[in-house]
Amino acid sequence: MCLYRVLVLSVFLSITQAVDRSNFKTCDQSAFCSRQRAMKPGQSSYTALLETLELSDSHLTVQLLNNNNKVLLLLELYRLQGNMTRVKINELKPIKARYEVPDVLITDPPTELMSVVAQDEHRVVLSLGGEDWRLILSAQPFRLDIMEGPQVLLSLNSRGLLAFEQLRIRKDTAPTSGEEEEAEEEVDQPGMWEETFKTHADTKPNGPSSISLDFSLPGVEHVYGIPEHADGLRLKNTDGGDPYRLYNLDVFQYELFNPMALYGAVPVLLSHNTHRTMGLFWLNAAETWVDVSSGQGSSEVPQTDVRWISESGIIDVFIMLGPRPNDVFTQYSSLTGTQAFPPLSSLAYHQCRWNYNDQEDVSAVDQGFDEHDIPYDFIWLDIEHTDGKRYFTWDNNKFPQPKDMLQGLLDKRRKMVTIVDPHIKVDSSYKIHTEIRSRGYYIKNKDGGDYEGWCWPGNAGYPDFTNPEMRKWWASMFAYDQYEGSMENLYTWNDMNEPSVFNGPEVTMHKDALHGPWEHRDIHNLYGFYVQMATAEGQIQRSGGLERPFVLTRAFFAGSQRYGAVWTGDNAAEWGHLKMSIPMCLSLGLVGISFCGADVGGFFKTPSAELLVRWYQAGAYQPFFRAHAHLDTPRREPWLFGPDNTALIREAVRQRYTLLPYWYLQFYHAQRTGQPVMRPLWVEYPEDIATFSIDNEFLIGRDLLVHPVTDERSSGVTAYLPGNGEVWYDVHTFQRHDGAQNLSIPVTMSSIPVFQRGGSIICRKNRVRRSSSCMENDPYTLYVALDSQGKAEGEIYIDDGHTFKHKTDKQFIHRRLSFTANSLSSSVARIWSSYPNCRRNGSGLLKEYETQDHKLC
Amino acid sequence: MSCALLLLLTSLALAMGTGTAVEIQRPRGVPQSKRQFYEENKPFTCLDGSSTIPFDRVNDDYCDCRDGSDEPGTAACPNGSFHCTNAGFRPAFIPSSRINDGICDCCDTTDEYNSGATCQNTCREMGRKERESLQIMAEITKEGFLLKQQLIHEAKRAQEDKQGKLTELQGSKKGLEGKVEALRTVKETAEDPEKEAKERHLKSWEEQKELIRMEKDKTRMAEAFLELDDDSDGYVSVAELQSHLELDPDSDGSLTETETQVRCLLFLPLKSREDVPPTVQTPEKREDDELSMPPYDTETQSLIDGAYIHLQSLICGPEFIWICRNLEKEIGFDFGPSAEFAYLYSQCYELSTSEYIYRLCPFNRVSQKPKFGGSETNLGLWGQWAGPEENLYSVMKYDHGQGCWQGPNRSTTVKLTCGKETVVTSTSEPSRCEYLMEFTTPAVCQEPASLDEVLHGHTEL
Repeated sequence: MCLYRVLVLSVFLSITQAVDRSNFKTCDQSAFCSRQRAMKPGQSSYTALLETLELSDSHLTVQLLNNNNKVLLLLELYRLQGNMTRVKINELKPIKARYEVPDVLITDPPTELMSVVAQDEHRVVLSLGGEDWRLILSAQPFRLDIMEGPQVLLSLNSRGLLAFEQLRIRKDTAPTSGEEEEAEEEVDQPGMWEETFKTHADTKPNGPSSISLDFSLPGVEHVYGIPEHADGLRLKNTDGGDPYRLYNLDVFQYELFNPMALYGAVPVLLSHNTHRTMGLFWLNAAETWVDVSSGQGSSEVPQTDVRWISESGIIDVFIMLGPRPNDVFTQYSSLTGTQAFPPLSSLAYHQCRWNYNDQEDVSAVDQGFDEHDIPYDFIWLDIEHTDGKRYFTWDNNKFPQPKDMLQGLLDKRRKMVTIVDPHIKVDSSYKIHTEIRSRGYYIKNKDGGDYEGWCWPGNAGYPDFTNPEMRKWWASMFAYDQYEGSMENLYTWNDMNEPSVFNGPEVTMHKDALHGPWEHRDIHNLYGFYVQMATAEGQIQRSGGLERPFVLTRAFFAGSQRYGAVWTGDNAAEWGHLKMSIPMCLSLGLVGISFCGADVGGFFKTPSAELLVRWYQAGAYQPFFRAHAHLDTPRREPWLFGPDNTALIREAVRQRYTLLPYWYLQFYHAQRTGQPVMRPLWVEYPEDIATFSIDNEFLIGRDLLVHPVTDERSSGVTAYLPGNGEVWYDVHTFQRHDGAQNLSIPVTMSSIPVFQRGGSIICRKNRVRRSSSCMENDPYTLYVALDSQGKAEGEIYIDDGHTFKHKTDKQFIHRRLSFTANSLSSSVARIWSSYPNCRRNGSGLLKEYETQDHKLC
Repeated sequence: MSCALLLLLTSLALAMGTGTAVEIQRPRGVPQSKRQFYEENKPFTCLDGSSTIPFDRVNDDYCDCRDGSDEPGTAACPNGSFHCTNAGFRPAFIPSSRINDGICDCCDTTDEYNSGATCQNTCREMGRKERESLQIMAEITKEGFLLKQQLIHEAKRAQEDKQGKLTELQGSKKGLEGKVEALRTVKETAEDPEKEAKERHLKSWEEQKELIRMEKDKTRMAEAFLELDDDSDGYVSVAELQSHLELDPDSDGSLTETETQVRCLLFLPLKSREDVPPTVQTPEKREDDELSMPPYDTETQSLIDGAYIHLQSLICGPEFIWICRNLEKEIGFDFGPSAEFAYLYSQCYELSTSEYIYRLCPFNRVSQKPKFGGSETNLGLWGQWAGPEENLYSVMKYDHGQGCWQGPNRSTTVKLTCGKETVVTSTSEPSRCEYLMEFTTPAVCQEPASLDEVLHGHTEL
């Protein structure tokens, strides 16, 4: 075991640096981050003015006074349904409104009654429900503590790092009136009113506006989340290094084990120990940095301190108190929604490349899959399919008859995805551009003209997706009569939506660009979220609200799970990147985004046949399963590496197809409950410390444990099988193993170590056909893995696989399967109204389930 | 033990009817050749012998045999195959996963007997189309093959010619080598007297025409040089020499670079030796020269002539080697089993697309030139024949072309197909900087089977 760990470490160390770090800011180079981080823990300068405290049914408000400059803040506290507390802090009287993130919360979170338990001049004690849940608001210095009995679960501002830069008038432009306040003279620091990075100036007309707050988590050693970073599952101590950065960026050839920002940002952090799982959701879309510091707190109890720093907006934080991992997922999804239930086919295999050159190429690749008897559902077209990178168009020479091509795929029950990016070529003969321009839908530059930047098409404008009118118009562009050459089996991929601006600061948009009244600074991390939202809406609308959309996005924010899938961006054909795909998707799953995948094979560079095979084997067991490759790399369709490798890849893809019913069930659950599909082991075994740092294996749902082979020339892996008293079965050999052990597994090139939990029933479809749609009427095979008591339980979920009828008409079957005393039975899990396929057999559904017959229809 | 705990319950059939749409004689999906293994009402033994089952479990949509042989007409076995008779066209086997998958695979529609897919029987139409295209192909092959015979014949003759020339050249080369060696000795011995004679002569000339020489001689020398120095840059360049066809040793009307280089070696000393009159280069000019130096005396003249001849011989040496090398190279090329591809040597074929003009010069290089300005890109130099083992001469590979940014050097694969004409029919770039060219030539046409033979065996009725 020790030796194994050492070997893994050495592989990681040998990875060379590829990213050009100088293109991206460190905290020191980001004026507000460096300003805030210069402030060290100590006594807070804020006092809660308890005399201003007001308690209504839904919330409590109290003013906070900054003793240094006498600026007043307003604190709002909400007790939310489902064991959550919301803390909002804003200026009491800002000179202009500060940005509050809209559209991310699915509703205004329902509140519960708060009551004062005790109060004196130093503190107020509030009840959070239950027997002994308390919130203590201390006045001088201001701090909040959330208690369970005598235990402090979490403290705010206990390290005194609350800092709130109030909006102000620039001194050299302010009228010199006699209204001198008593406040101490605040000295302007460099970078408050303008900032230059490389050659890019940020004019900052609103001056400094950053915010910061610290949280202490006593008894916590393990924290997770705040994706997207190319780093391990468990967050690292950031002392002495840069904080984790959340700022959606198009990072060329990103580096592993690094807190640098990547394409997406979800400001949600989870803490976990054997007793409790909690979550912090920092609802702020501006550039954000997160410091994590774990160590011994007072009295030798381990403690983790977390500090959030954002450039603008307000403090709006949701404290999710768990206590079980599942509770946190439920709490978070009650705020931001659950994973959209994808079309079944989108859980199958996707074949992508930058670029399939023309219709003949598409047809030849499609044919190749049939010739080699490898199933696939989607073939993808990258930017070269367009007429000069004008999205919603086709290159007339290469794709003269897109509908013929799509019909050809439809005839094989297959589908296509085309890319539609949010940068629009500035070209007066391009309809999309002229419409957006004439309607005034483009983001504006600081001087009020249309913002323009360089991207794939050359000079491009960026539609203002924060504008609901714009989003409505964008959605209408996906109508079959608007997007010429589109058909019902054409879906969409939103890339470059950080947004990527080749000639902008840090390859993105200038922060002083304008979205109506707001600066890009305020909304940056939301842009990609809105792009995917509008695109998914377009797909729903084109089908008259009937069909489920499928949209892949690179940039994302909290709530993006509602609109489709994400992938981990432009990775590389290296073993380290294959390994990293696991913690990256696990981290996303923890914060609601279950439909995650990494480019199989690696985007940049050329994989060896061995790496490609291993990546297919790992990808077949990750939620979004798509092979992709850079334009400059040699072709790598699965059959180009000799018959042996073709057979290995075929087998991996076939395994995926047989398990599609199980994947579909997991996404059904994810949609209903917010539980991640791909899970870290600790989520299911929260008391087993050995699982807390594992990120080279994972669970799919509760019942499948996967430990992909991610080392070159591997002859074996050591998988940790969790659970005292649990039994696990090798799904290939049916060999039984006990839980709570490290199992050494010898591997060959065909091995994909996967285990089914004893006590589970998994439904498969073993007739693997050309595409998932071809398998819709095929029989299921139940794999019943008994636990030590000889029992097993499972579920089956069936619907039409692609419409909303499961919701609107309750057309689905959801039954609980149970095996006990050598007999299998099924019972209804949820009542449905009808399901057409069942009706075809003419049997009465209700009667069937009443008889508890294991026949489903 | 594990078996006891892990149970597989298969065929939880949902919405699967077993209605039979088509009545057929033998069990569904069984080819005529295997008919005898499926005897109704007798136990069926899996074709791999692994087990024996009652006959009613054949095609019952549940897989019993490891080899899939009990389910020739259903999709139950992962490794099964289904036989379509396809009357009117060609019979075929399809993987059993394509039975009832909603996609028409067999032209006789027999694979979709229970999927609800509406398939048309297209066998007759496909048979007709195939016969037509086979006929067309057969005609092309026939004519192409005739052309190929001609090509082989011509290649053989040309090859013989070249071989003959080479042998001849090699013979004379050997002779010349001796001669050159002999002349080298002569030259060495001749050079001293020549120099002495020249000096003597010049001395008397200077004595007699001191003033004239002083005023004019230098100018004359310069003029002779200027004759060659076309661009008056003070140096005689290769291009300048190439424009003087009087210096062409093989009288083929042009001076190749190699020839010129040989010349250059001889000329360059002249430029620095101002004391030697340009007798070799511009003899005709001398006649018109009013201030000409009196002729050398006979002895001196003959010595110089001797040196001249020997210089000529020196020229011949490298030329011979050069010609011989080229011939050897051409003879040494692999032009196919019967040298049928020899006719492509030193030819070029172009294809114009919307953006580029592609140029294939077989056994030499492939290139691409933008139609609307821009420089030519080398897509690869002749590498080798690269077809599969049984058909090596069906693919040409050109590699080591211009490098790609962050990528490999460009390379081109040329696929050869039988055609009456020699044409580049298409180009593409399947991978970045890896080009694919399709090229028709009679040289790959195979001896045609008779049309009856082609069509024979393609229909099972």
